[in-house]
Amino acid sequence: MFEYLAKRLLYAVPICITVSALCFSLVYLAPGDPLSAVLPADASQEIIDDVKAQYGLDKPVYVQYALWLGRAVTGDLGTSIGSGRPVAEEIGQAIVNSLILAAFASVVGFTIGSALGMIAGYHSGSTTDKMVSAIAISGVSVPHYWLGIVLVVIFSVKLNWLPAMGAGAGGSQAWQWDWEHMRFMILPAITLAAIPTGIITRSVRALVADTLSKEFVTALRAKGLTERTIFVHVVKNSAPTALSVVGVQLGYLMAGSILVETVFSWPGTGLLLNTAIFQRDIPLLQGTILVLALFFVGLNLLVDALQPLLDPRISRS
Amino acid sequence: MIVMTDERHGPVVEVPPAAASHGYWRGVFSRLAKDKTAIGCTVILTAIVLAAVFAPLIAPSDPSVGSVLKRLKPVGEPGFLLGSDELGRDMLTRLLYGGRMSLITGIVPVALALIIGGGLGTLAGYMGGWINSIVMRTTDVIFAFPSVLMAVAISGALGAGLENMLLALTIVLIPPIVRISESVTTQVRSLDFVEAARASGAGSLTIIRAHVLGNILGPIFVYSTSLLSVSIILASGLSFIGLGAKPPTPEWGLMLNALRTAIYSQPIIAALPGVMIFIVSLSFNLLSDSLRSAMDVQR
Amino acid sequence: MINPSIEAHGVPFLETTDLRKHFVSGGGLLSGKPRVVQAVSNISFHVDQGTTLGVVGESGCGKSTTARLLMGLIERDSGAVRIEGKDIGGPQGLDIKEARRQMQMVFQDSFASLNPRMTIETSIMFGPRVHKVSKSEARRRAHSLLDRVGLQPERFAARYPHELSGGQRQRVNIARALALEPRMLLLDEAVSALDKSVEAQVLNLLLDLKDEFGLTYLFISHDLNVVQYISDRVMVMYLGKVMEIGPVEDIYNTPSHPYTQALLKAMPSMDPTQRTESAPITGDPPSPINPPSGCRFHTRCPHAEDVCQLLEPQLTVTRPEHFVGCHMADIDSGHSKAGNG
Repeated sequence: MFEYLAKRLLYAVPICITVSALCFSLVYLAPGDPLSAVLPADASQEIIDDVKAQYGLDKPVYVQYALWLGRAVTGDLGTSIGSGRPVAEEIGQAIVNSLILAAFASVVGFTIGSALGMIAGYHSGSTTDKMVSAIAISGVSVPHYWLGIVLVVIFSVKLNWLPAMGAGAGGSQAWQWDWEHMRFMILPAITLAAIPTGIITRSVRALVADTLSKEFVTALRAKGLTERTIFVHVVKNSAPTALSVVGVQLGYLMAGSILVETVFSWPGTGLLLNTAIFQRDIPLLQGTILVLALFFVGLNLLVDALQPLLDPRISRS
Repeated sequence: MIVMTDERHGPVVEVPPAAASHGYWRGVFSRLAKDKTAIGCTVILTAIVLAAVFAPLIAPSDPSVGSVLKRLKPVGEPGFLLGSDELGRDMLTRLLYGGRMSLITGIVPVALALIIGGGLGTLAGYMGGWINSIVMRTTDVIFAFPSVLMAVAISGALGAGLENMLLALTIVLIPPIVRISESVTTQVRSLDFVEAARASGAGSLTIIRAHVLGNILGPIFVYSTSLLSVSIILASGLSFIGLGAKPPTPEWGLMLNALRTAIYSQPIIAALPGVMIFIVSLSFNLLSDSLRSAMDVQR
Repeated sequence: MINPSIEAHGVPFLETTDLRKHFVSGGGLLSGKPRVVQAVSNISFHVDQGTTLGVVGESGCGKSTTARLLMGLIERDSGAVRIEGKDIGGPQGLDIKEARRQMQMVFQDSFASLNPRMTIETSIMFGPRVHKVSKSEARRRAHSLLDRVGLQPERFAARYPHELSGGQRQRVNIARALALEPRMLLLDEAVSALDKSVEAQVLNLLLDLKDEFGLTYLFISHDLNVVQYISDRVMVMYLGKVMEIGPVEDIYNTPSHPYTQALLKAMPSMDPTQRTESAPITGDPPSPINPPSGCRFHTRCPHAEDVCQLLEPQLTVTRPEHFVGCHMADIDSGHSKAGNG
């Protein structure tokens, strides 16, 4: 077990290094002199030289990368051109907001997805099953940025129940777990939950239907065990997969939040990315992508590590 | 059986047995012909593609000409069957023309990824050894990036624009296709008829051409159809946030964004471009599901 | 040590010495200790022109690996394979492509060994086409071979494998193997998956073809009855080693190795008085990953002594052309029963 974890950790090291190298190279993907991406257009020669030396841009690329990586490891991701604040600080605030949203969406997706999947799996082949399958495939097919707009039209414009955008009074700094703030989260979270709901419904449905068709279930029924006991078996068989799917989905939700956060102006990493792209704020872009990608790698690692604990059938020797 | 995880489908993608034959394909098509969902989706997609191709012939007006006086007319207004947009252009016309860009940006990356990723995956699967290691480990690293983030990062860094977006999407779609191709090829490669072909003294390229390709293209192709839906949504999404098509090009994602200001006055019109994306994406997904179950021999 | 492949009369058609293949899995940078499967460990044997060598043993004993090594489908770690004295892949020997023209293989799974997307005619023509035979000549050859294996070409040539029965498919596989006009066939469990009645027909076909084309066979099977029927000589393998090799009557009538004796006792007999009640050896063979030290059979051998654990027995000649890898067959081995049996 420990050996497996150690291996998995070791395996993540080259991935993290490559991920960071790819993030670093984004500067070079950007058209024009990387320096011009870091500096305002009207910078004086003095400032240019100063920044060049400060960022080590006069050195070879791999030295630059090493320096950048060294700073990134200590938490120094540079300074945002747009706001003039440290990138790390900007991200720190935004990632909390995104995490709140993604976690809420995951919980919604997991709950609805498991319930629907369970119902469909128990009634495999029935009309209910077909309807649930239709919902599930719609969930994975819907352009969620459009779903967000539709929800806003219904719940904000027509019904005026929920706010259309933002994160409540005081903006991004003043999040609180009260209704005044949480109502801002409902629409974006439901929008974000569409995809994981669809995926979890499909996986749980398949697992439950499969489990119920297994011989041991027939044997249990023949032995006169109650449906409740069988239900416990079904849950035990499908829960690990559903949980690992939701874990991986959390990572995708964080990373893919740019579209939904743009629709709702939710002050998270997605909105930050959007700002960084359109203000050509390369340090901010690099930093945000690095943090999100590492978060994703870390989360996958965690899911992999937890899976054998949840499901004893998966032995990783 | 292969279980793959990608962000829209989760671990439910299975590739049917690689071994297939002519009679088998006849069976697949006869099963598809009985599948109402598959027929419906094919009809819808064909109609949308034809409408996009022949947009200049069937569209009631010019997609780029509008009048400020005729802004945001409701659906059914005389001369505007589906209303008009924020610049007074006819929505029906723009939706028809918009299909061109949206379908191209959705399909081209999948096609490119299919050629590149399919080639790399087949090579890796057939050759094994260090070639396999290099290809597959590189794929792992790209896979470590969630696809939306990767697409946003590349097209964001390269700057907005169609070519950059196509490049970004292609790069994102290559890894899943490489994985599928590699694993299907590995399965076929271990079958005795490939051994028999090697035993007859044939070289690797001859064997891949004569014995491997015919048995792997089906499953890889079917898997790729499921990526069409992802690709359409992502492409329109990138245009939605301003990284793809540029105004005044009619493109569904871009139109959806431009019409966001209209959600208070003309909510139905504001939602229309998204409806198109949804229909196309859903049809591709359903068709892919039907194709997969028609190819599943166990049924 | 006496090398059983050294032949008194002339050069054998196929000869291999010290053939070895150990599969290594894992052992990458991150996967820790590699696992080594000792599939074939330094085996030597020969097959004379026009004869059949039967190879028997439990699954996992290295029979199939041996055939694949001979064909060059798997690369051997060490050892030599010679056709009529010429090394395959050696400096003055045969190249692998030429060797594959001389030697062809028929696999166990008749369905998996035919490309499902090719007509059987195309499958048979593939080999000759690879060897630059013209299309019309390849087709002529395919049709005449189909006819020869008992499938009328006009009815079967254009069919796909799934439209054929198992026995018919295996006939196609034999025709395909013969299409390159080889002089030897390696038959890897070629009749094992067939029904008993079909099996007999295919066996007789193989015997006829052998006479007609002057073929040499290496016949791998776990079925001792079939091996007895078709073979001139028999080789018994266990965990990648040769236990015993000799003329078929010798092996079946007076087996010297305890493993051969056990196998033969377990063989279903037609004679009710000869049937045994209990299985002479039980359980699965040990894993070839970490095979037992000394004699690989000692963990299941009723006669095992200390020497069997310590020393690996060498093949010893007991009767003309009959070699046994057992300490009991070697008078100097130190085994208490040495020289008695």
